Amino acid sequence: MNGFSLNIGVSLSLLIGVGFFANLGISPVKADDAPGQVNEVIILKAAYKRPTAVPFPEDNPFTEAKAKLGQMLYFDPRLSRSNMQSCASCHNPSFAWGDGLPKGVGDHMNELGRRSPTILNAAWSEALMWDGRFETLEEQALGPIQAGVEMNMPLDELLEKLNNIDGYRPLFAAAFDGDEEITAEKIAMAIATYERTVISGEAPFDRWIKGQRKAISASAQRGFQLFNGKARCSSCHVGWRFSDDSFHDIGLADDDVGRGAELSGIVKMQHAFKTPGLRNIDQRAPYMHDGSLATLADVVEHYDHGGIKRPSLSDEMHPLGLTEQEKKDLVTFMKSLTSDDDPVTYVQLPR
Amino acid sequence: MPMIRKSIVILALGTCITATEAAAEDVIITQQDKAFSEEEVTIKAGDSVTFMNNDSTTHNVYSRSKGNQFDSGAQGPNESMTQVFSSPGKVKVRCAIHPRMKLTVNVE
Repeated sequence: MNGFSLNIGVSLSLLIGVGFFANLGISPVKADDAPGQVNEVIILKAAYKRPTAVPFPEDNPFTEAKAKLGQMLYFDPRLSRSNMQSCASCHNPSFAWGDGLPKGVGDHMNELGRRSPTILNAAWSEALMWDGRFETLEEQALGPIQAGVEMNMPLDELLEKLNNIDGYRPLFAAAFDGDEEITAEKIAMAIATYERTVISGEAPFDRWIKGQRKAISASAQRGFQLFNGKARCSSCHVGWRFSDDSFHDIGLADDDVGRGAELSGIVKMQHAFKTPGLRNIDQRAPYMHDGSLATLADVVEHYDHGGIKRPSLSDEMHPLGLTEQEKKDLVTFMKSLTSDDDPVTYVQLPR
Repeated sequence: MPMIRKSIVILALGTCITATEAAAEDVIITQQDKAFSEEEVTIKAGDSVTFMNNDSTTHNVYSRSKGNQFDSGAQGPNESMTQVFSSPGKVKVRCAIHPRMKLTVNVE
């Protein structure tokens, strides 16, 4: 249960507003800094403050019992037809809540079309999946379970299966005001509640934002400036999660139209995928929706090149002309976004 | 009674014009810095909202709320589109490109 305690611990500390923001300050002004430059850095830093509360929706508020049930369901491979795949198979805490593979793996070990995204900090996400087809975590939770190529589990069969596991009914009763009936809606609400507790902890970057001037190296600090300046990364990777929750074609060479499948009339949505957050990014290789880039250095090289020129290419994409040192600084900066979280422990599932 | 008749005609015209204006009010919402200028507006059924893209990037406006579904498609910089909201209810309006852009239109 350590994993549960870790994640809830993080989220509760956010909920009650202690910890991350208690002593948040701005770096003291150095005497030798030019005033204009200092103001610019102060403004930049302010844009990366961690939030003080986890956003749980009004129609699915946080309760510990619901999060506990959600954790059981999240890690339970019996939610798949094969009894071999759980949510955690593709969104595995051992791989920063992804799977470490270029493309996800579904039912019968079939390769899926896209890389498995992390669920870290999904509580704040405005649109789920690489193509944003689900608006809420509750909607999203039932998608992969039912998808024939993923967990391949029709909901009516899932309900029958869970109803035959005696240990689940008390957990549902505890989570839903004594009502032990197992429904798809409750499954979705519980999994979504648990997922909202999966939050990246404080990283060296956060300590630097809080005012610890040596929390990240000089190279990482230069990388931060580049990230927000010459390299243009913050055009999309913005805010404490480093995502604008929007969709962009960044010029990768594959045939997947992404968001364009749903929005075929909008040229800029062709080959457009959701901007991933960058928390714990150095633990989440390989990169991009297609897993085509093996390292963060490769990612920086891609952006430096500017991507494939086509009508849908994001207006933010241009060749950057970065020096080798600047590329290294950007990678060093991104590595400063990784939190030193306690390991997550697997749960004992109901029988 | 020619004068009286003329006055009646003028009054009737005035009433028609007023009634027409009341039935076709338009609220202007701008899109700037990837945000709608308002989070929530209240209009009457049959009123419209004009969305003006003041950003330098392409936007979209759509709703899947029952009775008021629409999709603007691509809405380039400096372009505007007007949408009539015909059914009463709470209408969630979003930008499909920038999901953080949210507007609630309360149609009375």
